Amino acid sequence: MATILAPQQPDTTAGRGSQSPTVPEAVPEAVVVRFAGDSGDGMQLTGGQFTLSTALAGNDLATFPDFPAEIRAPQGTLFGVSAFQINFGSTEITTAGDAPDVLVAMNPAALKTNVSALKPGGLIIADSGEFTRRNLEKAKYEANPLEDGSLAKWQLLAFDISALTLEAVKPFGLGNKEALRCKNMWTLGLALWMFDRDRAPLVQWLKDKFRKNDVLAEANIAALNAGHAYGETAEISGHVHKLHVAAAPAPSGLYRTVNGAEAISYGLVAGAQLAGLKLFFGGYPITPASAILHNLVKMKEFGVTCFQAEDEIAAICSAIGASYAGQLGVTSSSGPGIALKGEALGLAVMTELPLVIVNSQRGGPSTGLPTKTEQSDLYQAVYGRNGDTPLPVIAARSPADAFDCAVEACRIAVEFMTPVMLLTDGYIANAAEPWLVPDPTGFAPFPVRFLDAPNGGEGDPAPVLPYKRDARGVRPWIKPGTPGLEHRIGGIEKAIDTGDLDYSPATHQAQTIARMDKVNGVATAVPAQKVDLGEDSGTLVVVGWGSTFGPIHQAVRRARAKGCKVSHVHIRHVWPLPANLGALLKRFTHVLVPEMNTGQFKTVLRDQLLVDARPLNKVSGQPFTIAEIETAIASFFDGIGDHEGGEVPAGDTRLPSIKAVNP
Amino acid sequence: MNDMTPVAKRTIKDWESDQEVRWCPGCGDYAILKAVQRTLAELGTDPAETVFVSGIGCSSRFPYYMASYGFHTIHGRAPAFATGIKLANPGLDVWIVTGDGDGMSIGGNHTMHVLRRNLDCQIMLFNNEIYGLTKGQYSPTSRLGTTSPTSPTGSVDRPALPCAFALGAGARFVARGFDVSRELSGVLKAAHAHKGAAFIEIFQNCIVYNKDRFEDFAAAKGAEGRQLWLKNGEPMLFGSEKSGGIKGIALDIERLTLKVVDVAAGEDGTPDWQAAGVIVHDVTNRSVAHMLVELPFGPFPMALGVIYDDPRPTFEAEILEQDVKAREGKTADLGKLLAKGQTWTVA
Repeated sequence: MATILAPQQPDTTAGRGSQSPTVPEAVPEAVVVRFAGDSGDGMQLTGGQFTLSTALAGNDLATFPDFPAEIRAPQGTLFGVSAFQINFGSTEITTAGDAPDVLVAMNPAALKTNVSALKPGGLIIADSGEFTRRNLEKAKYEANPLEDGSLAKWQLLAFDISALTLEAVKPFGLGNKEALRCKNMWTLGLALWMFDRDRAPLVQWLKDKFRKNDVLAEANIAALNAGHAYGETAEISGHVHKLHVAAAPAPSGLYRTVNGAEAISYGLVAGAQLAGLKLFFGGYPITPASAILHNLVKMKEFGVTCFQAEDEIAAICSAIGASYAGQLGVTSSSGPGIALKGEALGLAVMTELPLVIVNSQRGGPSTGLPTKTEQSDLYQAVYGRNGDTPLPVIAARSPADAFDCAVEACRIAVEFMTPVMLLTDGYIANAAEPWLVPDPTGFAPFPVRFLDAPNGGEGDPAPVLPYKRDARGVRPWIKPGTPGLEHRIGGIEKAIDTGDLDYSPATHQAQTIARMDKVNGVATAVPAQKVDLGEDSGTLVVVGWGSTFGPIHQAVRRARAKGCKVSHVHIRHVWPLPANLGALLKRFTHVLVPEMNTGQFKTVLRDQLLVDARPLNKVSGQPFTIAEIETAIASFFDGIGDHEGGEVPAGDTRLPSIKAVNP
Repeated sequence: MNDMTPVAKRTIKDWESDQEVRWCPGCGDYAILKAVQRTLAELGTDPAETVFVSGIGCSSRFPYYMASYGFHTIHGRAPAFATGIKLANPGLDVWIVTGDGDGMSIGGNHTMHVLRRNLDCQIMLFNNEIYGLTKGQYSPTSRLGTTSPTSPTGSVDRPALPCAFALGAGARFVARGFDVSRELSGVLKAAHAHKGAAFIEIFQNCIVYNKDRFEDFAAAKGAEGRQLWLKNGEPMLFGSEKSGGIKGIALDIERLTLKVVDVAAGEDGTPDWQAAGVIVHDVTNRSVAHMLVELPFGPFPMALGVIYDDPRPTFEAEILEQDVKAREGKTADLGKLLAKGQTWTVA
């Protein structure tokens, strides 16, 4: 039965990162840093720029922005805390890291909400200037934690960042409020010193950002330099040393950082180009999907037309209209918006028009957790429409993978004349990772051919058969404006070939099956399922989809290092499933499916493949930690019953308990 | 409308599809269908360049019977589909067919936005004041006290006025006609000539669930006294000796509303409308348009014809102009786009 994981536990078995009371002189493979502050403190910006400098230093990295649903929550409150976590290192990084090594806390609320995640012995850097009585009250601290010894199990560095920042920017004559806004740059400067980073790209970035206001540019640069200088001077030596994390080995080529929303936008543009079509994007603002619309409106030179519709329904309907007229229609939303689009999705299936629907999933139901992540829209994507209404569903595993998935969604949509749902989530949309920039000349084009002459044989006028299917069951795409091909389409059941209204029993039976067969046929047009890590048979296969890729991959890697016969299979084509998947999974004794929902893909696998898929579920709005999955894997190798003996310790203190996962 | 030149002389046959028409015998939709087909034949436009888009309801079967391109979509959403079609191919002549339930109830939101955006299209709203396809429930335009399967003791919601709604939403063309009227074709031509969203309310007789609902003004007998056909630049006159005298619409200066005035014959025997203070219809006068669409039938005749017509730049023209400007001087270099921002090279 399913187990719901408790929120993140400290990962005390992690074989990486710092375990010593200070950032050690022995260089670790990877370091996790979390910046946390008030939502007005600019933590996302600080994190983003730190990410960039990390990438430029050649480290592999993964990030996890975690911000409140409120735009400007009341200052200093617990629910107004915004955090940004980055995991970077000299080896392959696929998750934002479990427990931070370093926590930068800009106020008491940020400390309170984040400190429990910090590794024992980890480093806290706190702005003591913000630990005023009022702020302590807002954070529900009875005593000042910087002074009462309650932080003893961590290393504490507290100094008045606010005052130091004000001092640094004094020459620029800013108002107090504006001057304090430079605090995040001061903090970033210190972080850059700690990790031996070049300040030059940041200085350039600040000059660009404030090119219309030299004073602000100079003030921020001064704050950045002051933070850096603070680290360099003797003032904090003895606690923290400069630490250089070596560059990670990576395939050669040109790199940049990319987040999921950017990658999807680029992928859609690339997909439309490969199809030889213009791209039409109909959207309606919703968190966390809006960023795709924000990106695409800036890419008009690629033949992109964007339309901000009056609601989610109009957004998809306009996209279907554009597809009907011969462009590649795309719409995007998050779960609640996808629900509103359901009826129109049915029409796209019924009329058999290409369409790409991007669902950036968030925690549900209803408004749920708008800024947090979840994978709970899988049933909605696969089954969530009236009638027998199949459509292909694919899921991106990471920000960079979202690019390939978007191209793939476009390809399937036009090759099979079908709407395609692309699932990402709040984590993928916002998280950034290094991306080996693809060379567009290497992409295989899939040019669309519109029908340009009657296809129904002889006659006067020559008959047009808009629903005549080819060998794969695909109908022709006919653009209005083509002389001689005038015809009518709609949502009512239609006769074979002609598409005329026909809801006789035999027709509905035949067309329902034809639509289903067509979509099932997509399975033969996608790559066979590969094993992402490990052998293609064994004791346990951990099957994932979507953004759980990182933690599953690392957990399997660690378990394999300890001798467990466990493999990782990660599925892009969620519906229809790759043709070889059933045979592949049946070569393993056990199947474990970690998901950020209550077991949806597990059910699909059981139904489609008759495999005994076991769930591992987490619905806290936070991604899995590696340790959580590692523990679950361990339970299959702990000597219970007929399990293989392994060397992985599985403590009952950590969730899920052995019994719950593997009764 | 669009700017195409007619290529060949077309007949009404060129606009009739091969589909069997499935409305109830005697339905007002038949007359509207014929009027539209005749109008398009007379305009000489090309069926291949024309798209009829509809939602759900009796009226929304319309596209199946036109020999053009047609898209029968989902309930209330035809304007949203039309927006995508027109933005993707502005050269198409797009007609939206909707009803009082489809366009004023479930799709009211989209009707509002397509009008305020001013998408270049014709919107024909067939108003029969009842839900026909679902078997006779009262609709948002049903009169107070309408008894129906869902209002057995009479409806209590006040009806929406489609033309007033359209003007309120910012429509730049508002007209009215009714199914069997000979004037309908002229109204449709004016709508087609208008560049932008043209809203036409067409009263339509539902023979089964709301029979003869509009007979009080639509009946041929006595029509001249009950119908005010508006013509741009002409005085607002109606009636005849037989119907109780020539009358006109004048401004009630004290109450700032419209009023009906008697028009006496002048010295030359023709009606002296100027002496009676009758207003000359100016299709660009938005204030008078607001008053005309609100005139209660009974004390006033039914205002018909082109009530308001004052074009403004269309939505798709402005969007596409922005797109063109944004593309100026830029090349669509995908490789450059992907490598945007700060990059680094791994050897």
